[in-house]
Amino acid sequence: MPADPLRGAAAIVGLGITPQGKVFHTGALGFAVDAVKLALDDAGLAREDIDGLLLNPGLAWADLGMGSFQLQQAMGLRNLRLSATMNLGGATACAMIQHASQAIAAGLATTVVCVFSDMPLKPPAPKGDRASAASAYGFARGWEQAYGFFGVNAMYALVARRHMHRYGTSQDHLGAVAVGQRRWATLNPAAQLRDQPLTLDDYHRSRWIVEPFHLFDCCLVSNGGLAVIVTGAERARNLRRPPVYLWGMGQGHLGGDPADTLTSGAVLAREPAFRMAEITLRDVDVVELYDCYTFTVIVTLEDYGFCAKGEGGPFAAEQVTGPGGRVAVNTGGGQLASFYMWGMTPVSEAVIQLRGDGGARQVPRHDVALVSGNGGILSTHSTLILSRLPS
Amino acid sequence: MSAVPKPLPQITPEMAPFWEAARRHELMVQRCRGCGTRRFPARELCSRCLSRDAGWERVSGHGQVFSFAIMHQVYHPAFADAVPYAIVVVELEEGARVLSNLVDCPTADVAIGLPVEVVFEDVAPDVTLPKFRPRRAAA
Ligand SMILES: [Zn+2]
Repeated sequence: MPADPLRGAAAIVGLGITPQGKVFHTGALGFAVDAVKLALDDAGLAREDIDGLLLNPGLAWADLGMGSFQLQQAMGLRNLRLSATMNLGGATACAMIQHASQAIAAGLATTVVCVFSDMPLKPPAPKGDRASAASAYGFARGWEQAYGFFGVNAMYALVARRHMHRYGTSQDHLGAVAVGQRRWATLNPAAQLRDQPLTLDDYHRSRWIVEPFHLFDCCLVSNGGLAVIVTGAERARNLRRPPVYLWGMGQGHLGGDPADTLTSGAVLAREPAFRMAEITLRDVDVVELYDCYTFTVIVTLEDYGFCAKGEGGPFAAEQVTGPGGRVAVNTGGGQLASFYMWGMTPVSEAVIQLRGDGGARQVPRHDVALVSGNGGILSTHSTLILSRLPS
Repeated sequence: MSAVPKPLPQITPEMAPFWEAARRHELMVQRCRGCGTRRFPARELCSRCLSRDAGWERVSGHGQVFSFAIMHQVYHPAFADAVPYAIVVVELEEGARVLSNLVDCPTADVAIGLPVEVVFEDVAPDVTLPKFRPRRAAA
């Protein structure tokens, strides 16, 4: 069978990460501009080289209308041949990179920047507020607020509880994911929780947010921006940094009630992605999975086939996913411990690892990375298979 | 008592029959006239058969806990004295799943499969919240 024409056709050549976390010096638009500037510097490209712009707007973009056009105007980009504001939640980052590579392969654009930014955290209030520091993610909708049903944590908790009931997933299993990723974070100077090692006992002692989720089952919330630049493989070879080639891609959106399926769209997305990449799971060196919750990692490990369905908890509890383990998962600490830029967090860590820039956390063998994105409540899913090798 | 009152449900035209029934201490869910599927909350059309034709039907208020979450974090100051409290998704005997609170039950005793029955909490002169409690022995 002939190789898929998209395999290896494009590469990530620039990565820009702004300061992350409790940073308040600009807004969502400003963070996006800063991220693009950093990515251009990283690639050794100029603004004029960009002819495509894809934006994943975080919550703070809600009222800004056509976000990609706002960003184009804010940074004086001219003569774009591709522009879109995309939102599949946490699955957007991988999906943007997919669309960028498809446009490049079709000859519609040559150099596409993909951006996420958000500012869900507000500057600290002058006086202690009784309501928690909960960010924009603690929202209430319509009638549910009368019952005290608030936010994404509670929505995921209802699904996680079903998984625990059906498969025997335990609090220890969830905690094992938090502990494993925190071990990676302590090796990552850019991780927000790098100075806070975590034991399973610490995990159990941490306060409940929405049971069955402790504080450390839930991702961080971060202000900031993150951009990557995608260009054709030929051009990629002549730029400043080692190219990260796109070998495979796929999407999967199951629909229905996640409390029934207890499954992510990885079950749909993985097959086309691995077929295009012409590899199997055994060829993957670095695994960067979307981790809005510890629970999400367990489900995603199952759905890519690292273990059987329902056995993600025991698999995580073997502690094979941390530093030195059999499967290197979320090697920067992920969104649980590093920073929360939706799907851009796993994408960025894959780029760092494949370039060999991982420092103390560098995975020794780093030819191929699997990256997942997940949006909504296991609602949307996207997959990338990336490699430092052209083919 | 919290100084801040708990928020009342935003009553949309679509959901108005549900809240009117609750005021009468009746539990009603929407039922598709195309395929007979019961659903909650109200929707404009049936995702199964795409019919827009639907009515409201009184249900027993009996069901089982399908899933639950215990809220500990205070997201709204009115719930500061209420935490921890149980959010439940109740699978009614008639089929629809309803999101509500479980009352009269220690949070440690909430479990999937627990048989429950509806109770009505009058929270304002014109607003009643259907909630659930563990089902008592059949009369
Ligand atoms: Zn129907």
